[in-house]
Amino acid sequence: MSELRLVEAVRETLAAELDRDDRVVVYGEDVGVDGGVFRATKGLRDAHPDRVFDVPLAESAIVGTGVGLAAAGMRPVPEVQFQAFLYQGFHQLVQHAARMRSRTRSTVACPMTIRTPYGGGVNAFELHSESYEAGFGHVPGLKVVVPSSPAAAAGLLRASVRDPDPVVFMEPTRLYRSTKEAVPEGPDYVLPLGEASVAESGEDVTVVAYGSLFRDAERAAAASDADVELIDLRTVSPLDVETVVASAKKTGRVVVVHEAPLTFGLGAEVAARVGEAALPYLEAPVERVAGFDVPYPMFAREDAYLPDSADVHAAIERVLAA
Amino acid sequence: MPRERVASFDVEFVSVLGPDGSVDEALVPDASDDELREWYRTMRLSRRLDERAIALQRRGEIGSYAPATGQEAIQVGASAATRADDWFVPSFREQTAALALGGDPTAQFLYAMGREEGAEVPPDANALPPAVPVGSQTLHAVGVAWAERLRDRDRATVAYFGDGASSEGDVAEALNVAGVFDVGVVFVCQNNQYAISTPRRLQSRAQTLAQKAIGAGIDCVQVDGNDVLGSHVVVREALDRAREGHPTLVEALTYRRAMHTTSDDPSVYRSPEEEAEWARRDPISRFETYLRERGILDDETVQAIEADVEETIAAAVERAKAAPPPDPTDVFEHVYATVPPVLRAQAEAFREGRR
Repeated sequence: MSELRLVEAVRETLAAELDRDDRVVVYGEDVGVDGGVFRATKGLRDAHPDRVFDVPLAESAIVGTGVGLAAAGMRPVPEVQFQAFLYQGFHQLVQHAARMRSRTRSTVACPMTIRTPYGGGVNAFELHSESYEAGFGHVPGLKVVVPSSPAAAAGLLRASVRDPDPVVFMEPTRLYRSTKEAVPEGPDYVLPLGEASVAESGEDVTVVAYGSLFRDAERAAAASDADVELIDLRTVSPLDVETVVASAKKTGRVVVVHEAPLTFGLGAEVAARVGEAALPYLEAPVERVAGFDVPYPMFAREDAYLPDSADVHAAIERVLAA
Repeated sequence: MPRERVASFDVEFVSVLGPDGSVDEALVPDASDDELREWYRTMRLSRRLDERAIALQRRGEIGSYAPATGQEAIQVGASAATRADDWFVPSFREQTAALALGGDPTAQFLYAMGREEGAEVPPDANALPPAVPVGSQTLHAVGVAWAERLRDRDRATVAYFGDGASSEGDVAEALNVAGVFDVGVVFVCQNNQYAISTPRRLQSRAQTLAQKAIGAGIDCVQVDGNDVLGSHVVVREALDRAREGHPTLVEALTYRRAMHTTSDDPSVYRSPEEEAEWARRDPISRFETYLRERGILDDETVQAIEADVEETIAAAVERAKAAPPPDPTDVFEHVYATVPPVLRAQAEAFREGRR
């Protein structure tokens, strides 16, 4: 165990996987010499100059060459510098990475993990604060993973790199350096994809969150008088419906939290699943705490856009009062 | 301050067997009579595959089909230059190349019947499946070649695309990245003059498509793509460079003699005169004349090849028709390596007749 920040947990995990498996290739814009704009890949090139690369500034090429690397037996782990720039590679993700297995009846696959910083709250430029997990999650064949802590980042990234299918690994920029925690070491520390974590067990209300907003949900739960059951989704797709529904049946009250826009967001999917499977148990309508249906504003107005722990707390109070 | 030329470039055109039957003997590739007959047979096989597929589509027995008719020379010439472990990265009109590389024509019919079985990649084949979004596969080829470089192997990667795809950003990125990393890709641009109805001149003001490589700093050459000998020569040279780790863009000038797909009517956008001119330059008849003049083919061998081709295609059609009907529940099985619970629930509901 060592005390690490989230960005350090990412780096240590990449270093360990590069050491463990010579099929792992880490590349992207400024990931080599510079170590990445967030320093997530700092120093990796020193140990593995042949498998840690800087590449031309072309995101479609980053994803598209990854499809080829994976088809030829490598384990590409590219970085796309900011999640909004993955839109330039979105067609490669949807048309090829996600479909190679189904297109060929599993005779060709795409074991690739695309790491990309996402989310707001860091006073960044325009298009440096996106949260498009619902869009990626809507693509069959992709897995979408969002860690909420250094330890979760290490365990989930290790699972992603080893996964036989393509993973979009969304790293919350706001949590990169915000806190340190003890991160288990060693090749066996793996958190399975597709499984949500019941971070805190409770009886009164279920709060479902992931990524950086999970921390706001945690603060709201701590500030609440209610006995909150706190679920960290960890994997946005495929969604762990079972864990969410089991909790909803127990508490009868559900709040879903994300910073992505409200409409067509993960909250809608969670609410629908709870409605389908746990409606007789519900004491209140499912509440969604989310970003507004507006393009993410420049940072002078981002505090107005971003939900926070007070918003989650208010939603908890509303479902309890219903 | 001086004005001076800091860089200059040129683009070479190669033709060995001309449309008029003239031959540049110095450039004739070193191939045995048996090999030349095999090239001819594959071209005829592909032409017959197209004819049967179009007929089956007209009878409603298969779905849309994209014929390669007219483009057999570049695909056979290029494929014959490859090594068995080289990579094949096709677009969706490379059935000739697939056949030349030993592919089963049954797969072509299965694919045209709307079945993924036709896109399965056999375990011993270094190949990717057909890529429908034009140009997108060129980036995969760069990734494949990069993987081979990382493993210190000298396998080359042959990536096909067309004149329409040359306008796509992915092709520009692929040429550029291939140049930066200096990886062994042979980009074969089959300039068949049309992207559905859009003529070559509307894709680019560039004098040649080959010269798009110049901006990426990589080698390029233009060849008569209806000349199987010339196509073979330039691709073999490009493959030699690829084994050394260097990319090349080959622009093969050819003509899509049939429709874009069976859903298309070329008479809307091109003239019978133009089509007749390209019929005169047909790659198969040109090559047959050459082979007959050299005594490599005669009436008897041509008839034997025709009979063999007919039988091969007929058998492939029968095998495709006789394939077990598609199991619709398969769709759930090939999304992820392990079916996740949310998808398993949908599969179970489907099996029980619910949605």
